[in-house]
Amino acid sequence: MAKRLMKGNEAIGEAAICAGARNYFAYPITPQSEVAEYLCWRLPEVGGIFVQAESEVAVGNMLFGAAASGKRVFTTSSSPGISLMQEAISYMAGAHLPAVILNIMRGGPGLGGILPSQSDYFQATKTGGHGDYRVIVLAPSSVQEAVDLMILAFDLADKYRNPVMMIGDGMIGQMMESVEFPEKYREPNKPEESGWALTGAKGRDSRIIKSLFLDPEKLEENNLLLAEKCKKFMANEIRHELYKVSDRNRILIAAYGTMARICQTAIDELEAEGVSVGLFRPISLFPFPEKVIHDEAVKKNIEKVLTVEMSVGQMVEDIERCVQGRKPVEFYGRTGGIVPTPNEVKGKVRELLKLTA
Amino acid sequence: MADQKEVVFAGFGGQGVMTAGQLLAYTAMEEGKQVVWIPSYGPEMRGGTANCTVVVSDSRIGSPIINNPMSACVFNRPSLDKFGSMIRKGGLLLINSSLIDVTSGRDDITEMLVPVNDIAIKAGNAKAANMVMLAAYVATTGIVTFETLKRMLREKLGTRKEELLEINLKAFEEGRKLAKKVRMQG
Repeated sequence: MAKRLMKGNEAIGEAAICAGARNYFAYPITPQSEVAEYLCWRLPEVGGIFVQAESEVAVGNMLFGAAASGKRVFTTSSSPGISLMQEAISYMAGAHLPAVILNIMRGGPGLGGILPSQSDYFQATKTGGHGDYRVIVLAPSSVQEAVDLMILAFDLADKYRNPVMMIGDGMIGQMMESVEFPEKYREPNKPEESGWALTGAKGRDSRIIKSLFLDPEKLEENNLLLAEKCKKFMANEIRHELYKVSDRNRILIAAYGTMARICQTAIDELEAEGVSVGLFRPISLFPFPEKVIHDEAVKKNIEKVLTVEMSVGQMVEDIERCVQGRKPVEFYGRTGGIVPTPNEVKGKVRELLKLTA
Repeated sequence: MADQKEVVFAGFGGQGVMTAGQLLAYTAMEEGKQVVWIPSYGPEMRGGTANCTVVVSDSRIGSPIINNPMSACVFNRPSLDKFGSMIRKGGLLLINSSLIDVTSGRDDITEMLVPVNDIAIKAGNAKAANMVMLAAYVATTGIVTFETLKRMLREKLGTRKEELLEINLKAFEEGRKLAKKVRMQG
């Protein structure tokens, strides 16, 4: 299919349609609003439905209800809105319901600002709501990857009957890049074939979808089921990319999303100046590519591991956990909507290696 | 990296800087290049400043954040103040001399004074100033061909704005001539 130049937000909306999703609930918020703007005319074209809810709390519960019908459902929002949806996400996880949730992150906490940020890493990867559950978290670093991962997110949600999140900083939503969509768009799925969805009990026993288990034995059973899923995520759904990783690297940078691309440019420029640095980019933030970062970090040539984020330091805790103290783990980050530049990353690398510019 | 080109279009909200950047990005993509278009997005308002950066490359583009762009097209004084000093040494600065009566004061870049508003008015519509500027930039750098640029303009404007198309095409022609003239004067 021909290449199209699209804003990340619009491309993500089209990707959901490509994945066969037709049920979308959202409330506008910068820097994600173009997803809703795009889908409000695009979804009706393919027989889909967009409900603009009265709040993100309502969005979460509409998603919960619609997901129980077995149809592919999704929402998109930005940080404060995602916080409001956490209750419903916890309920959906507890009730084993598939849904796709996109967070185009802006600076927090509170209302914060509207510029790019990666400060919802903890919320996304460590369980944003209450209870013993996890969601798969995917993090694209280009518009094309956002499209590919959005389609994958629906498949993973259905495969595991679990909410899946995709998180991107504001840049991913706002920038335009060329994208290609698969030739073949999926047909909407058939809930009546699911074996679990609420499709009307005519001709079969009724089904109950709930997250309430007052009997502790039953609740533990449900939680162990969720823990089992989590193990499957770890075994099957780890995704990452390595860039210019070699036995000449003195520093290994860990970064995701737009930040990883900025580090790539810094790495290219440092290479031209004779400083060898590699990049580890997790694509699935949960399950985290634990073994990959551990194995790369402990290699003899690596002096230090540098985590770069648009936050005061969140993923760095996972990096420290995985590196197990075997190499020094350093951090560089900016917040509030300020995006670290390639020059800042280069400066930090030089500082760590005690090199003068 | 060596083949990568970056340009910033900056001006008041409403001067068409975003559109100029998008048209360049569409055209470069049509010619088989990798492109990224990045808007300044923030709590913007009408009359406030707006800018976008377009990155064009033969290979995969890394950082969408550009420290020091190769070129900038500035449509108003605040944009000159902000971006004039950021352009890379040896780079190119196009200044809208219809609205800006100063220069950057730098001697390590190529500076071109282009009265794009005046020329757009002559071409039939003051709003075509962005197209005059885009044409002047394209003529100076050869980053894309005019043939593709005109084709993409037609595609993006569609047939419903035939009258605007004529004005914009005229604006392209004037911008192109202007770039040639300014360069001849050195």
